[in-house]
Amino acid sequence: MIYQSSIWPLMAVLVSLCGAIPILASERKPNLRESWTLLIAAAKVVIVASLLPTVLNGGGFVFTIAEVIPNVPIQLRVDAMGMFFALVASILWFFTSLYSIGYMRALDEHGQTRYYASFAVAISATIGVAFSANLLTLYLFYEVLSLSTYPLVTHHQDAEAKKSGRKYLTYILGTSIALALPAMLLTYQLAGTLDFTSGGILAASGASPATLGLILVLFLFGFAKAGLMPFHGWLPAAMVAPTPVSSFLHGVAVVKVGVFSILRVIFHIFGPDLLFDVNLGVVITTIASLTILVASLIALTQDNLKRRLAYSTIGQLSYMILGAGMLTAAGMTGGLLHIAMHAFGKITLFFCAGAIFVATGKKYISQMDGLGKRMPITYLAFFFGSLSIIGMPPFGGFISKWSLATGAIESGQLILLLVLLTSSMLNALYFFPIIYRGFFLPAAKGEPEGIKEAPIFCLLPLSITAICSLGLFFWPSIFLQLAKMAVIP
Amino acid sequence: MTTSNLHMYVMAAPLICALFVNLLGRRSRTYIAPLTLGSLLFSSVTACFVLANALKNGRMSYTVGNWSPPYGIELIIDPLAALMLLLISVVALLATCAALPTVQREHAGKEHLFFTLYLILIAGLMGLVMTGDAFNLYVLLEITSITTYGLIAMGKGRAVLSSFNYIIMGSIGACFYLLGIGYIYILTGTLNMADIATRLPLVQGDAAVATAFAFLIVGLFIKMAFFPLHGWLPHAYSDAPMGAGVMIAPLMTKVTIYLMFRVIFSIFSPDYAFYQHAIIQNLIIWAAAISIIAASLMALAQRDLRRMLTYIIIAEVGYMVGGIWLANTQGLTGALLHIVNDALMTLCLFLAAATILYRIGSLHFDDLKGLYQRMPLTMLAFTIGAFSMIGVPPTAGFFSKWYLILGGIEAGHWEYVAALIFSSLINAILFFRLIEIAYFGNGDHGHGHKQTLPPTGSAPWYMQGSLLVTAVTLIIIGLGSGQLVQGVIKLALPAGF
Repeated sequence: MIYQSSIWPLMAVLVSLCGAIPILASERKPNLRESWTLLIAAAKVVIVASLLPTVLNGGGFVFTIAEVIPNVPIQLRVDAMGMFFALVASILWFFTSLYSIGYMRALDEHGQTRYYASFAVAISATIGVAFSANLLTLYLFYEVLSLSTYPLVTHHQDAEAKKSGRKYLTYILGTSIALALPAMLLTYQLAGTLDFTSGGILAASGASPATLGLILVLFLFGFAKAGLMPFHGWLPAAMVAPTPVSSFLHGVAVVKVGVFSILRVIFHIFGPDLLFDVNLGVVITTIASLTILVASLIALTQDNLKRRLAYSTIGQLSYMILGAGMLTAAGMTGGLLHIAMHAFGKITLFFCAGAIFVATGKKYISQMDGLGKRMPITYLAFFFGSLSIIGMPPFGGFISKWSLATGAIESGQLILLLVLLTSSMLNALYFFPIIYRGFFLPAAKGEPEGIKEAPIFCLLPLSITAICSLGLFFWPSIFLQLAKMAVIP
Repeated sequence: MTTSNLHMYVMAAPLICALFVNLLGRRSRTYIAPLTLGSLLFSSVTACFVLANALKNGRMSYTVGNWSPPYGIELIIDPLAALMLLLISVVALLATCAALPTVQREHAGKEHLFFTLYLILIAGLMGLVMTGDAFNLYVLLEITSITTYGLIAMGKGRAVLSSFNYIIMGSIGACFYLLGIGYIYILTGTLNMADIATRLPLVQGDAAVATAFAFLIVGLFIKMAFFPLHGWLPHAYSDAPMGAGVMIAPLMTKVTIYLMFRVIFSIFSPDYAFYQHAIIQNLIIWAAAISIIAASLMALAQRDLRRMLTYIIIAEVGYMVGGIWLANTQGLTGALLHIVNDALMTLCLFLAAATILYRIGSLHFDDLKGLYQRMPLTMLAFTIGAFSMIGVPPTAGFFSKWYLILGGIEAGHWEYVAALIFSSLINAILFFRLIEIAYFGNGDHGHGHKQTLPPTGSAPWYMQGSLLVTAVTLIIIGLGSGQLVQGVIKLALPAGF
């Protein structure tokens, strides 16, 4: 593939990083500050989208920031896989920005300037991860993302936020230093480069299967943002953050940066062929399958809506890793595709949870009886989102799950198919009661009258993302094509 | 000014100004700031030219007073020495921006004395990195040590005791070094490093050579506070006046590590130091690993920012000693790069500490609550320095750690690799504990230390300015580490590496 040199990948990263400055500067003018946020978000979508046609035509872009280590520059490169992720992240950031305005103002939160500025830095880091040309650059942006989201997770600045913030950093920063960094160094020592190359860079190194296995496990757990068990504990704890943070960062950006990093390692550092030869795919699928089942079971027991969504996310993230671990074209495509499909579905669900909280102040599912009649749009969106996550047609989630199931059959591991089906059933079991309670159970006595839908800034984004989940079933072509291009170069 | 003796001006400027600071500063303190800053600015600019020259022309020898070696004193300017010269000048210049207001407040009326010692110390450090004479190195080492004793003793509270403790340890270190030089003189009859290096192989089997080597290295270990010979450092550096600490802490240990590098490669040979005593080499790397872990754990026990930083310095000494003794290209590259990076990150953190101390009058953890709101810019710079210590890319600290760990992997010294990663984790805990305190304001009320300190006025602009410049430099050096390694450090590595 030919990559043309271009400054636009850098601009895509920088636009929100530099955008943090006017946001900070307009602290005293909230309307101006939010205008900046929306303007930057829109600019980001436009820049990323402007790179899309070339990528779809089989081209790409590259930009070298600095030559830091022999053979390992800090370099941005736009390929199909990066484009796929950047597109999802930048589009959803725009909706989250809209939603943030509705949510933060309705709740009259403090420190909103810090909030929007940190958000802008975080999205820069996310796009940076998507466009990284090698593992070092990816690691750089991965760490920037961890650190810039700390103020967001601990936004409330109370004792609980402090505790969760500690847990968040311990898991995310701790694993990245203790596991991912050594894995990266070992890879460099063996391969002499860290460049993402289709077919992998470790194949030629002649390392023993044991060494390869060690490196793989270090990577899988080192990128703890992907929430593979037992390094998943930070995600439910991080739910203490304001809901827009949970929805975007812990439904889309942060967690999927983890998954994306792992997929990069599987696709472009090891290469599926090498993993197949030394039979390491089974390591990936075993860890992922266990995480899927255990997380789904735990989700059943959660009464706090956001925590239930968090455990659901942990399970769904492992779908993506499971797909990649199947090492077949359909499985890998399905895994990548699920990043997008799950993102649209899960962000809708989180938006709905936030809208319910804004409108009623309720966090627990057991308190949400009868709310569906009063907030029909929110509940309908929630219904759409959950159907997409469960994988029902006609929703986006069906397409990725179909691809995953095909992959499981292709790889001849029918037990994986069983895992997928069991988990889908569990998904239905933990989502449907919420909807049932909302629509069919009477409201509790003493419920205040006059509960109505959340403000329009909350309602609009969640409706759009819900419709997107539906639309992705009928028009998945862009994402499908990018995913296929990423898997079969 | 010809280009061949530019480096003399770099060293002469602070030395001469030390005299004038004493004479004129006695009359009026208004002379002190322009003289000190002026001389160091001159040194910094000149050092840039020296470095450019050294990169272009390679190694250059200069005979002081035209007395030819091996009898006269020879100064050697190679790319590494020139880089150290630039590092010392720039760090000293930035540190002085913070030292001036702090000293003015803490030692009103004694500023001229303080800055006389301060400038002589800087000149001494510059001399140390250039000298090609083993005995001259001892003299300069004592000049820097004695001025440091004086500066530390000017501190408050138990500073005098800490300084005395340092005198005892420092003098033992100096004696060891001197004894080593004595042995070598008996064996070879010369004190010039290059001359010794040519004659030593003739007597290499001699047990006296090994004794000399041991004395030299252990002497330097004491001076650089290599664990377990570190006892003097935490007290000395945290009881010193802040104005002195901010310059001594980044430079002193780093220059001593550079001296160890010189002793190994310019007096002895890598073959002698590393391969003929493989057991000792292994032991030293183990000691480095233990030193990193132990010092990190001790840092964890501190409740005062400055004391915490002093233990981190000791851990960092372990990084560099280990890196040099790994005896491979990656390890040496990492150690030399880390000398530069660590000097700058220590400077950044000490400058931040000085600014905080100036503003709120304390560095105890309990007094740092809500600092992100009160001093956003200072804390931003502090955070960048902290990230560099943890090793978050693209700050400088990441890249030297990268080479050091690679060196450890290549040499198969997994204990050293584990220690480095462990220390990164501990650093993450250390700094995030502080960041948490500073970020969470007065969230939790309670335990002890109730009195609130009166605000003592905001720090002058140049104090904050130098801090921000240092923080930005950390990122620039990080991004430019490729050029730094390829352009300077590659040239500085001894033949065969």
